[in-house]
Amino acid sequence: MKKYDRRDFLKLAGIGGVVFASGLHRLAGAADKATGANTAYDDFYFVQLSDTHWGFEGAPNPDAKVTLKKAIAAVNSLAEPPDFIVFTGDLTHTTDDPKLRRKRMAEFRDIVAELKVKNVRFMPGEHDASLDKGEAYQEFFGKTHYSFDHKGVHFIVLDNVSDPAANIGEAQLQWLGADLKQLSADANIVVFTHRPLFDLYPQWDWATRDGAKAVELLLPHPHVTVFYGHIHQEHHHMTGHIPHHAAKSLIFPLPAPGSQPKRAPLPWDAAHPYSGLGFREVEAEIKTTEYVITELPVQKG
Amino acid sequence: MKFKSYGFFLIVVMMLYVNANTAQASAPVAEQVIKITSKKFDYTPNRITLKKGVAVVLELTAGDVVMGFNAPDLGARADIIPGKVTRVRIVPNKAGSFVFFCDIFCGSGHEDMSGMITVIE
Ligand SMILES: [Cu+2]
Ligand SMILES: [Zn+2]
Repeated sequence: MKKYDRRDFLKLAGIGGVVFASGLHRLAGAADKATGANTAYDDFYFVQLSDTHWGFEGAPNPDAKVTLKKAIAAVNSLAEPPDFIVFTGDLTHTTDDPKLRRKRMAEFRDIVAELKVKNVRFMPGEHDASLDKGEAYQEFFGKTHYSFDHKGVHFIVLDNVSDPAANIGEAQLQWLGADLKQLSADANIVVFTHRPLFDLYPQWDWATRDGAKAVELLLPHPHVTVFYGHIHQEHHHMTGHIPHHAAKSLIFPLPAPGSQPKRAPLPWDAAHPYSGLGFREVEAEIKTTEYVITELPVQKG
Repeated sequence: MKFKSYGFFLIVVMMLYVNANTAQASAPVAEQVIKITSKKFDYTPNRITLKKGVAVVLELTAGDVVMGFNAPDLGARADIIPGKVTRVRIVPNKAGSFVFFCDIFCGSGHEDMSGMITVIE
């Protein structure tokens, strides 16, 4: 397999999607390094994968058995390894059978163990956690909400799916408030969650019941960015100064919000397999507190 | 649980409103009642036609597990708890077709559990 090239990504970002920070920042950073001027920031990038729905079978993805494995291979072939990898929920496809749920989780865990980068973060989606309040998920992947620090960025994982009614809930909101309180006002904060924290399209249940309360707690911080999944497509939205970036899925794409009567998967395109699927790399430019997002296909073609 | 108390609050307010209305009228006008049952993973009926400006009370029941009823365009939502009747009063103020769906994840067919309310002039 051909190696992905980092420069290609930046070029692709300019053609294929929205560029959230131009490559010029990187070049400026490099120039600074050359002159030895002001290089007191720590650049890094991570990879976001989402909605892999392991266990799904159906016409929207006749290749479901290998899509996740191909994506893992694509991540492993990145020329420069990411600092860490995050899966933003719906790791497995839902099932009413608790045994089968655990089997899917075990299989998912074993497949992603093939990732060369070992710093991997997880969170549940409603398909993983809503039928048993996260019980099986926690057996395999641990806590459903937590925070961690990496190279000057504070990452917060929020769980809006273990409650089948899609509430974050008072207890977790209090935890969030306390977690934010210990940070300096201008801290760099990244939130990972599964469902949109804002009312993206309530008619399709693309919302979090008490998401506004989380946004309210985050708003006093000037440098907050949210990455989420659930809607199986790239989407970008601002609540005040906070950008929210939805990721593509790795099983089937869903239609743009409200673009058709039903929230049904977009049909598989045999002429262009894996179209609409992919993952992204997110490059943290700490100096400017911007994130360069690059959308990647499952396979190069 | 937060969402339960919210649903309860909603229902109480709505009943007060109904009472206030009937108290004003010289003769109490019976509002139309539509019974909707829900189970995994559908509502019966799942097509409802209402008249713009005419109040109805939906009487919602659940057969097996807690279900949601959410019609965001009509500003109506409630939890449907098995074993009790949940009443939601709607006075549609616009014509059109409006989706309602279950917003409490209830199983493998949850994502297709929905229906349509058509409001005519
Ligand atoms: Cu999903
Ligand atoms: Zn989801």
